[in-house]
Amino acid sequence: MSDDLKTPLLDELEKGPWPSFVKDLKQMASKKPMVKDLLRQLEKSYRDKRGYWKHGGLVGIMGYGGGVIGRYTALPDEFPGVSHFHTLRVNQPSGWFYTSKALNELMDIWDAHGSGLLNVHGSTGDLVFLGTVTDELEPTFRDLTAKDWDLGGSGSDLRTPSCCVGPARCENACYDTLALTYDLTHKYQDELHRPMFNYKYKIKMSGCPNDCTAAIARSDMGIIGIWKDDIQVDQAAFAEYVDSGMDIQGSVVDKCPTGCISVEGKEIKIDNSNCVKCMHCINTLPKALRVGKERGAAVTIGAKAPIVEGALFGSVMIPFMKMDNFEDMHDLIERIWEFWDEHGKNRERIGECVERIGLATFIEGIGLDPVPQMVKQPRDNPYIFYEEYYEEES
Amino acid sequence: MSVTTERRTDIGPPHYEQFLHPIIKANYGKWKYHEGLKPGVFVHVAESGDSIYTVRAASPRLISTDFVRKLTALADKYSDGYLRFTSRNNVEFLLGNKDNIDPLIKELEEFTLVGGTGRSISNIVHTQGWVHCHSSATDASGLVKVVMDELAEYFTSMKLPHKLRLAVACCLNMCGAVHASDIAILGVHRTPPRIDHKNLPNLCEIPTTVASCPNNAVRPTSIEGRSTVKVDEDKCMYCGNCFTVCPAMPIADALNDGVSIWVGGKISNARTEPMFTKLAVPYIPNNPPRWPEVTDAVKNIVEVYAKNAKPYERMGEWINRIGWPKFFDLTGIEFTKYHLDDFRHAGTTYRRSLQNRY
Repeated sequence: MSDDLKTPLLDELEKGPWPSFVKDLKQMASKKPMVKDLLRQLEKSYRDKRGYWKHGGLVGIMGYGGGVIGRYTALPDEFPGVSHFHTLRVNQPSGWFYTSKALNELMDIWDAHGSGLLNVHGSTGDLVFLGTVTDELEPTFRDLTAKDWDLGGSGSDLRTPSCCVGPARCENACYDTLALTYDLTHKYQDELHRPMFNYKYKIKMSGCPNDCTAAIARSDMGIIGIWKDDIQVDQAAFAEYVDSGMDIQGSVVDKCPTGCISVEGKEIKIDNSNCVKCMHCINTLPKALRVGKERGAAVTIGAKAPIVEGALFGSVMIPFMKMDNFEDMHDLIERIWEFWDEHGKNRERIGECVERIGLATFIEGIGLDPVPQMVKQPRDNPYIFYEEYYEEES
Repeated sequence: MSVTTERRTDIGPPHYEQFLHPIIKANYGKWKYHEGLKPGVFVHVAESGDSIYTVRAASPRLISTDFVRKLTALADKYSDGYLRFTSRNNVEFLLGNKDNIDPLIKELEEFTLVGGTGRSISNIVHTQGWVHCHSSATDASGLVKVVMDELAEYFTSMKLPHKLRLAVACCLNMCGAVHASDIAILGVHRTPPRIDHKNLPNLCEIPTTVASCPNNAVRPTSIEGRSTVKVDEDKCMYCGNCFTVCPAMPIADALNDGVSIWVGGKISNARTEPMFTKLAVPYIPNNPPRWPEVTDAVKNIVEVYAKNAKPYERMGEWINRIGWPKFFDLTGIEFTKYHLDDFRHAGTTYRRSLQNRY
């Protein structure tokens, strides 16, 4: 048969204990000619040790500038099935929770309009539908919205906000990450769908300093749960850990970064004024220790991958804010966007902008006061641009 | 007469509440503690006394609708139709009934692995690679498959000193943000884009192409009276952004593309502050389909870490305790001039004390 799929190199990836994407894609190829050509092209990449994709031109959904990534093979004569192979980013629900019914409906839509291949999920958080032709974009969108789904962000816009499992299934959640993600995503639909920023802007929400969404490494703005008061202690539960023979000294006391934990008999003592909320003791003794009661979030600014000026972690902009309502957060976000719009350069992430103009100029611009929690240490060079000085009275 | 239906836009994602298991909904924000029951399984206990059981399984992330339907069928059978996915692309089934745990695991193990919790290697965060990306220097799904085949025993057990987080990004744009992982595999281009001067004027808009370069390495020029661009090769860092807007500037170079390996990053604040990954192996040529040199190198690092680190030490914490010279010594990885940084703030990585171990 002339349309036989011969992929001797890829077949090597059907072996081994880890689930095989090749096995899965080959099954799909029996139903979708598009996937057959995808596998043929991938086999060629494996043979030639290089990729064969072109980045897309102007494809998208009417009225949206983001959410669709155009993709074309560089070899359309050889692999006509993937001459168009566009991506749709479907905005995931907060915390990546689904019912099988909702997921099956999404799969029906994608089977009807695309390759039947997807990423669950993309790096930013979206459910990524991989591979369809230009003519199917609008019909896919129509079917998605009919079932209450919408697209996420791409390009120089607000990227799809995402969050950890939060209070839905985690005792460490210091604020409602799912609710804030839902709130921000809905409030900023225009910024999400219509790119008008200098560059991308990612917001990630983690409920505690364990930071399961990697907000401090991967988001222009990280909103990370934190508490201010004392760690809650259940001494009876702690005594059970002691009785179990656990090495409390080695596993907990010695690991505390500020040495603020001591044990007397079967009782744990914590110098909370010296605790930096690192989470280690809480992670290690989950039945005995819990985050405090005065909860909120810290806000970090500027994390990004290396392009252009090198990778950055987010730095603390606000050490603690209450999260009882989200209006203060809206206000903060809008002040940042306004400042970035005025002072940022094209294709300059907010973190690079802050590095270029200095943290002092940035916080002044968005109306925050300097606090020592923003830095590891004060400056160690004397090149200070003093703004106030005395003049002789005339 | 045609029927017009309103075109819906800007409706945002559906509300998450409708996707929450009734036990989760009832105990939202009122969880007391959780504990691991065995690899891939934990229980969360609420203040009310209710429990929800989670079973975590691997997914290759690049999957088909058929694969998803397999998961939803199992969710219908064992978890009242409720499931979620993690930030590392694992699937989690949320069970109200403890008795369903083992039958679910038995069915999952017919096509995937259960694990990825506690002191394990969890799923590898990764990117698109040759499957779908124009600027990839290697494949991502294939690398994940061969590395996890090699390390599967660490996914299904909890025998490491602490959690070990792996990531793969297929070029230094790092859609997988691998810069804060215990071990990162990073695809690298090592040569500037070639310029097809014959077709460039027809295929590409010069100002857009010039503007696409993050480092101002692409400049306008003219050759034989025709407008085109030139690349300042000293400035090029092989990101492929110019190829994104201009197909006449291909970046792929089969002979020179490959991967580098990075170690010692972390994200959580536990014990120590978040850390970037640092260079371990500067370059390994692509060797598909199974990249044996890469899997050997990664496995070596994992095994040396497993043998030498103390309980609760992440990769970076262990290396900081023993010092980098000893890391290179123990792993047998060669230290080269490429390990010496020469970009912004390079000096902050130079040793400015005499506190070396001899």
